[in-house]
Amino acid sequence: MLEIEQLSKQFGGFRAVNNCSFSVQKGTITGLVGPNGAGKTTTFNLIAGALQPTAGKIKFLGEDVTSLSSDQLFHKGLVRTFQIPHEFHRLSALENLMLVPPSQKGENLFQNWLSFGSVKKQEEEVRQKALETLEFLELSHVANERAGNLSGGQKKLLELGRTMMTDAKLVLLDEPAAGVNRTLLRRLEDKIQILNQERGYTFVLIEHDMEMIEKLCDPVICMAEGSVLIEGDFQTVRSDARVLEAYLGETVGEAAL
Amino acid sequence: MELIGLLNYAVFMAIFIGIYSLLALGLNIQWGFSGLFNAGIAGFFAVGAYSSALLTAPESAVHLGGYQLPVVVGWIGAMIAAGAIAWPIGKVCLRFRSDYLAIATIGVAEIIRLVVKSEGWMTGGARGVNKIPRPFGDLSYLYSQLAYLALVFAIVLVVYWAIERQISAPWGRMMRGIRDNEDAATAMGKDIKARRLEAFIFGAAVMGLGGALFAHFNRSITPEAIDPMIATFLIWIMLILGGSGNNRGALLGVAVVWIIWSASEFVTDQLPTEYAIKAKYMRVFIIGLLLQLVLRFRPEGILPEPQGTAGSPEVKTFQKQESAAK
Repeated sequence: MLEIEQLSKQFGGFRAVNNCSFSVQKGTITGLVGPNGAGKTTTFNLIAGALQPTAGKIKFLGEDVTSLSSDQLFHKGLVRTFQIPHEFHRLSALENLMLVPPSQKGENLFQNWLSFGSVKKQEEEVRQKALETLEFLELSHVANERAGNLSGGQKKLLELGRTMMTDAKLVLLDEPAAGVNRTLLRRLEDKIQILNQERGYTFVLIEHDMEMIEKLCDPVICMAEGSVLIEGDFQTVRSDARVLEAYLGETVGEAAL
Repeated sequence: MELIGLLNYAVFMAIFIGIYSLLALGLNIQWGFSGLFNAGIAGFFAVGAYSSALLTAPESAVHLGGYQLPVVVGWIGAMIAAGAIAWPIGKVCLRFRSDYLAIATIGVAEIIRLVVKSEGWMTGGARGVNKIPRPFGDLSYLYSQLAYLALVFAIVLVVYWAIERQISAPWGRMMRGIRDNEDAATAMGKDIKARRLEAFIFGAAVMGLGGALFAHFNRSITPEAIDPMIATFLIWIMLILGGSGNNRGALLGVAVVWIIWSASEFVTDQLPTEYAIKAKYMRVFIIGLLLQLVLRFRPEGILPEPQGTAGSPEVKTFQKQESAAK
């Protein structure tokens, strides 16, 4: 459902993504791994429309979306989270979710006055959905807390929750496990699996936590120096010599595995 | 006699509080809820004041106009004109980060002031526009003042209500989201350029209305009235001190700052001449000190932005239902 063709991104003299090609199949949880500086997050930013590629093409659901911006891609069903939580910090957790659904009538200055009734009705539906999402993420107790006051892990869950507030087809998760404690991490893994199996979300996730990758991801794509090194199931990737080498020395690689 | 004088003064002050409330509410839409650093409030104030003045004033050899339209038309015209001016400005300037936006808007306000001053055929130049009709202007002095005060307060109430309703609607939530995190808002499908422009125009229109109320209260408007010291910076202090992101805070800030500002003038006028000159600087100093104290002890202003009120009662009932189900 997502095809990346010879994608490149140049920052000044530095090529962060270099002739990178891969594709993501519908219904999978695809893991994107690689050492720091391999270009994973840049690739995400390119796919999500936050950056424009220097060269190459991105196709989503068969359509060329290379030049679309983040907000346009969102409406096509491509949603992302951020490596560093990007919560709306002065909004409550509940409001963080309620903000997400697209084409809310009340977002129009004039609709808000002309058809107040239906705005209110829609608002009620959105609120109900947000409450259910918080319930699903076990965050109900912080619904009215300012999102900026939540813990790092709760913010990560909240970001996952935001992707659930729209009809997402493909969700890009940038290091969902970073800074999340073990208990919360297991919960996060379960949530991702449920979303994948029951709601049919396709995920691509960048992750350094190899346990999480092993548990969730098939296939796994390993990137190094801006392009794809190897793609396959977890075992294949883990036992590949080039991957260990890319992770800068066998000790680091083995420790991670 | 003394009592009447005091009452007159109080009414006069209260009318100014009403007018500045509109400027502060307009700024709150832009900065408090949308994070747009507009440092050119005086410009929109001027556009509103002059538009309404020219639409309603009798014919004059020195400036454009002579339309003598009803005051209501003038006021609506002021809002439309200020909003219309905000559109191209926003289109160009809203691409900048907030600090650059501040610089750009200061520049724009200055351009507006100079245009008003030098394009005499339109604005009457330094002589300005006079004989602007004032609602209830035919009554005796005190009653006329009181009636205008009532009118200003009614308008402030309506504007306050309209903004509150807009802010508590999904539109307001979206604007606050864009303010808090631009990247996340884009990733959640919000068209931030267009939305910011909406907020900028909305705020500017409210400021324009404030300018119009000022012009009709004074019965005249001259370039001197477009003083960035008061119409821009004092309004900023009012909002920051009262609590940006909270409309009630904005109103409170206007009242507190304006009373201190005016009362200090009252005091300095009583002093002998040699002190009076120095004392003028004391006024600015006092306002500055007050701002420092508030920012030190209440960084979000006297009345901070209320947090997460969107679902409070519902969350509780929802949790009750859930626990009952278990």
